[in-house]
Amino acid sequence: MPVANSLVVVGAGQAAAQLVASLSQDGYAGEVTLIGDEPHLPYQRPPLSKKVLTGELTPDRLSVKPAAFYDKIGTRLRLDARVERIDRATKEVTLSDGSRIGFTTLVLATGSRARTLPLQGTGRTATFVLRSIADVAALRAQFAPGKALVVIGGGYIGLELAAVAVKQELEVTVLEQAPRVMARGVGPVVSRFYERLHHEEGVRLCMGSVVHGVEDGCVVCAGSEHRADLVLIGAGAVPNAELARESGLATENGIVVDAECRTSDPVIYAIGDCATQHHPLVGRRLRLESVHNALEQARIASASICGKPAPAAQVPWFWSDQYDVKLQMAGLSDGYDQAVVRGDPDRGRSFAVFYLRDGVLIAVDAVNRLPEFMMSKQLIAGRARIDPARLGDESIAVKDLKG
Amino acid sequence: MATITFEEPDGTLRKVDLAGGQSIMEGAVRASVAGIDADCGGACSCATCMVYVADEWCDRLPPKDAAETQMLEFCPHVQENSRLTCQIPVTDALDGLRVKVPPSQH
Repeated sequence: MPVANSLVVVGAGQAAAQLVASLSQDGYAGEVTLIGDEPHLPYQRPPLSKKVLTGELTPDRLSVKPAAFYDKIGTRLRLDARVERIDRATKEVTLSDGSRIGFTTLVLATGSRARTLPLQGTGRTATFVLRSIADVAALRAQFAPGKALVVIGGGYIGLELAAVAVKQELEVTVLEQAPRVMARGVGPVVSRFYERLHHEEGVRLCMGSVVHGVEDGCVVCAGSEHRADLVLIGAGAVPNAELARESGLATENGIVVDAECRTSDPVIYAIGDCATQHHPLVGRRLRLESVHNALEQARIASASICGKPAPAAQVPWFWSDQYDVKLQMAGLSDGYDQAVVRGDPDRGRSFAVFYLRDGVLIAVDAVNRLPEFMMSKQLIAGRARIDPARLGDESIAVKDLKG
Repeated sequence: MATITFEEPDGTLRKVDLAGGQSIMEGAVRASVAGIDADCGGACSCATCMVYVADEWCDRLPPKDAAETQMLEFCPHVQENSRLTCQIPVTDALDGLRVKVPPSQH
């Protein structure tokens, strides 16, 4: 007797929500169960460090889809439930309450979690990370004018939080281990701009700060101490790959997947922050933590599961909002050999940096430059060869850069 | 509250009741209107929530701001009557609005 199809998704973030929506569109015939360890419907995380933190947006507005949607497409939700184990031989997952759910196809959309630091003693100083609705609620409850906030890590989360906090009149210090902020995501020109921006807005930035520990009311670094009522650790994210690894799937800073998002077991897929995949634009394996990647991998996995042709590959893109500055990044600047600046990063708050390799545009960082960002997405996808002098020449309109 | 009719890419007409206090994009995504991708969730960063507005409605919508105008300029399939639904709040005045979703947002 043929076994009925049954698909289980572990994780309930944007990748998982997009996957079940795509499966429905792609005509998946079988039962679908989505298991998430938070008590919420799948929700959007990017606003947590932006408009949710400021209070402009309430968490109930973050749901990707309303509950009725999952009913309508026949997806069973198991929220506030944790998967403890994958048994690949019997094709079952075991939940923390002991119940088991069988699958014919399993999709791991387990995401990533905030990296914690081995800080010596935090005493009575409240220490936070920012990753979930619960995290932001806890943090917001502690926000009050005049409080000293120390942010450990000058990446996107740390700086977005610093921007909100300083506007709410907290005294904000950002400690970054590297010589520049956002070093993993943007080029040096953009880092320098953001250092100026935060300085102008009243945030204290300390580069090259190696944090030793937290004592009562104080963050201790090599050679300096910083008063702290609150500490936010913004030290990047770690892929939730343990379930996969313990079940014997290949992992290496994430769950290794092929072009169709299949793991080393052909009936198990992995998508989103937890997956690491060979990327044709950079020619190596890469784990991307972004909404765009989560959505795209969900669509690719759904197409593969349903036997449909894969959707066309898109150029990866990312964004960050800090103060009145919108940073939009497209492509991957890995191995660039030339950076061309358009506009003046040392004055004002609007410019773009184009990254080229062998004369081909491979990435852009656009600071309050929507046209440059939108145009670059198309040019990067087309692996366009562009005269660098034209890219940097503001007398040439952005739409005329093509061709 | 406004009833808005979306013509989906395959020609299906969807009449959707949208409550105020949200953008047209948010309402359309919640109602799963086909072809409104809205990848960035309303940050005006992706231009994947574009629609064509019925002629008689073009002048009755709140005007585009600079960001929307700039984004639209680089949208694939853009037309004179294109708008980004993430930039238009739902109000009673939009009752009866008709829009058409493009064949693709990419």
